[in-house]
Amino acid sequence: MSGATLLKETGPREVFCGLTSIVWLHRRMPDAFFLVVGSRTCAHLIQSAAGVMIFAEPRFGTAILEERDLAGLADAHDELDRVVNNLLERRPEIRTLFLVGSCPSEVIKIDLSRVAEKLNHQLKGKVRVVNYSGSGIETTFTQGEDGALKALVPLMPPSENSQLLLVGTLANAVEDRLITIFKRLGIEKITSFPPRQSTELPSVGPGTKVLLTQPYLTDTARALRDKGAEIIKAPFPLGVEGSRLWIEAAANSFGVDNSLVQTTLEPLIIRARKAIKPYKEILNGKKLFLLPESQLEIPLARFLYMECGMELVEIGTPYLNREMMDPEINLLPENTRIVEGQHVEKQLDRVREKHPDLVVCGMGLANPLEAEGISTKWSIEMVFSPIHGIDQASDLAELFARPLKRHDLLSSKQFAKF
Amino acid sequence: MELTLWTYEGPPHIGAMRIASSMKGVHYVLHAPQGDTYADLLFTMIERRGQRPPVTYTTFQARDLGGDTAELVKGHIREAVDRFHPEALLVGESCTAELIQDQPGSLAKGMGFDIPIVSLELPAYSKKENWGAAETFYQLVRGLLINNQDKVSDHNPQRWKEERRRPKVNLLGPSLLGFRCRDDVLEVQKILGQHGIDVNVVAPLGASPADITRLIKADANVCLYPEIAESTSIWLERNYGLPFTNITPIGIGATQDFLKEIHEILGMELPSPPTEANSSRLPWYSKSVDSNYLTGKRVFIFGDGTHVLAAARIAQEELGFEVVGIGTYSREMARRVRSKAKDLGLEALITNDYLEVEKSIKDSAPELVLGTQMERHSAKRLGVPCAVISTPMHVQDVPARYSPQMGWEGANVIFDDWVHPLMMGLEEHLIGMFRHDFEFTDGHQSHLGHLGGHSQKSETSTTKSSETTIDHQGSDAHIPRWTSDGESELAKIPFFVRGKVRRNTENYARQVGCKEIDSETLFDAKAHFRA
Repeated sequence: MSGATLLKETGPREVFCGLTSIVWLHRRMPDAFFLVVGSRTCAHLIQSAAGVMIFAEPRFGTAILEERDLAGLADAHDELDRVVNNLLERRPEIRTLFLVGSCPSEVIKIDLSRVAEKLNHQLKGKVRVVNYSGSGIETTFTQGEDGALKALVPLMPPSENSQLLLVGTLANAVEDRLITIFKRLGIEKITSFPPRQSTELPSVGPGTKVLLTQPYLTDTARALRDKGAEIIKAPFPLGVEGSRLWIEAAANSFGVDNSLVQTTLEPLIIRARKAIKPYKEILNGKKLFLLPESQLEIPLARFLYMECGMELVEIGTPYLNREMMDPEINLLPENTRIVEGQHVEKQLDRVREKHPDLVVCGMGLANPLEAEGISTKWSIEMVFSPIHGIDQASDLAELFARPLKRHDLLSSKQFAKF
Repeated sequence: MELTLWTYEGPPHIGAMRIASSMKGVHYVLHAPQGDTYADLLFTMIERRGQRPPVTYTTFQARDLGGDTAELVKGHIREAVDRFHPEALLVGESCTAELIQDQPGSLAKGMGFDIPIVSLELPAYSKKENWGAAETFYQLVRGLLINNQDKVSDHNPQRWKEERRRPKVNLLGPSLLGFRCRDDVLEVQKILGQHGIDVNVVAPLGASPADITRLIKADANVCLYPEIAESTSIWLERNYGLPFTNITPIGIGATQDFLKEIHEILGMELPSPPTEANSSRLPWYSKSVDSNYLTGKRVFIFGDGTHVLAAARIAQEELGFEVVGIGTYSREMARRVRSKAKDLGLEALITNDYLEVEKSIKDSAPELVLGTQMERHSAKRLGVPCAVISTPMHVQDVPARYSPQMGWEGANVIFDDWVHPLMMGLEEHLIGMFRHDFEFTDGHQSHLGHLGGHSQKSETSTTKSSETTIDHQGSDAHIPRWTSDGESELAKIPFFVRGKVRRNTENYARQVGCKEIDSETLFDAKAHFRA
């Protein structure tokens, strides 16, 4: 048992809501559309977070509630019906429609599951309609993916067959690589959830062993367990060590011969450690402070401590699921400060007081900290970059080394004065 | 319910944040869930500010809704006042909190603070960002001046003469996330200074609550951005007798008219002839022989009201363009844009739907688009050059260099920004003319990359496919066929007018019942449309 110090904090938070997950989910499943039922704020949030201006017609949008929708709920349901039908008429390529609840739709209690049910009946399987909540009063950032995946679980076909199910959105190239490695270990049937086509849902059942690729899929994991799947307990596949333990946990659960695992992974590990080395030289002994946002904070901190020698000042996390995080927390040094929740002002006071070398934080906070002379890394980059697996470990280290390297490059005497 | 894929304006509380963040000594407590904190990045990333916006979000959660959210709000207000010591406090709510009806404004007023507290009611389900900014600025100015007893119905904007001092004016409207406001203020201030007019207060940008109370010491107001400052200017005129300018000084003519207007208001004589006009290079550059090719260029204009109106005038009167489409997303400015459109013999496009704008651009076949960053993308897809003239803000709209839109320097900036994309077109034309020379091997990439590249094969075929789609939609099923002779003649035409020539030629062929288009048909069509 590790001696991490677990603390809780409440107060003003500075985090994205679950709607933000749409930004990567829609890219993973190009035949799906995400329709947020919400306000202009929701629409503005997604376009600002994603910086989307480049798409002719994006695969997400917002049904913006107007004054008259608030007046009568029955009408709001009909209105939503109308908007959906218009949308599907215009976008016949859509196979799965996610109705995404938001803060306002939750507060006025629009029953999206009823709307989805009615639409499914009308559409007769031509398009599947599911619903989940990405509202900021219930979800933080990456939890949106948890909600979206959980909503798909009931549609997964049943199966008794033995299979490895990778759960969580990964970059396609990274996913292919991980699958290749599992195949080398003799695990034959490997499926992914979410799939690359929303209609090609993997099966699930008593023979299914679930390996989570991301640490924020609590509800999805529970739903899969309810379908008979076994959840493999492991740290998450970030860095060489995390990825090794993650692959080994799956291999053990499939009864793969240990020597095969070692001979398969050994060359990859040696290569990856060599690639990390130049970044470790930059990161070693540097102080790291992670503000809560993506839920990846604890696994990232573990990697940067174990493999890059960083000193952990504080790990913020939006929420803490002990069961899921235990394998990670057990790898952390004694007395690591883990703070669940947030009081952003007090947390920034601590940042200033401890003056870390690097702060991992949201996009709203990065430049103000940079202006105070503190190097930062955007946490949102971790959900967009291919960082999972042994082969990506050095890329992951590089992401954190770059701001420090830049800081040094720009700190010549004359330039620093300006 | 309105399906929105992308929106030009944020919700009204973003407008309130723009005012609060523009000022000093103001703090905004916003009753809103955690997701709404995304708004900080608009200021720290897009506007590249080194400070967080002065906003405390209450970040209430679902579990708070069962309990006492009013207590939660009060806790956050107390903490914000203790921590930030603001000189004035704005209190409001975002879309979700509006539904809970905690009335944070009245809660704050009942807490016994000795600072001015302005309660904002910004209806999130019917209004948008610019309205929110205007309303916030108005409520703040009103809230800070309301106890001021100096209400003067006999305000005389020419009193400076008796008081033997220079006249002074306020510059109202510049704010963060406004298009080039930072530099417009400097430019207008400089020009006014050259005319012996001082600036009393600039607000909201850089103003403190104390500065706001000094607004009424000015002789007149300059309303720089009507979207943000018109309601405040009207209120200051009604209550304190301060007259205000109606002309936005963007472009040579408008800057000249603006100076005339402010001189009249202040009872000053405008020096004539207008030597100042010479301090901009736009008039000469536009008259120089190089600019001949600008004559009659078809331009499509879309953006906020202020910049669209200004752009239309510059395009027509100062660059000799032909305006072929005009529109705005600012509903508050719709009347003015409609009337301008009418003068131009056009129907204004008033919409918040960027796909509708894109369709309108396509239909009017412009050679240059003046729009927002979204029109830049649409224009890129359509292969038309574009210059950005208006918000919504993009990090590129906050350049490191001085680049105002207003005044003489603004006119210089506009000339460059609008004409360079067209010049590129001309260069492409030259490349096209010389493409058979040995220097230009096939596959050579021009600086426009894939967009304007001279590789004619892909160029003509993409145009063709889009045109075919249009033809299918048309009522006339007869599609004339291009012979290889016709296609090769068409390929000799500069890419930026090729689409238009193709369309005209096909229309002509249909009219005369010609089933095949060869080079002769193309020349016939050219003569026909010239006649």
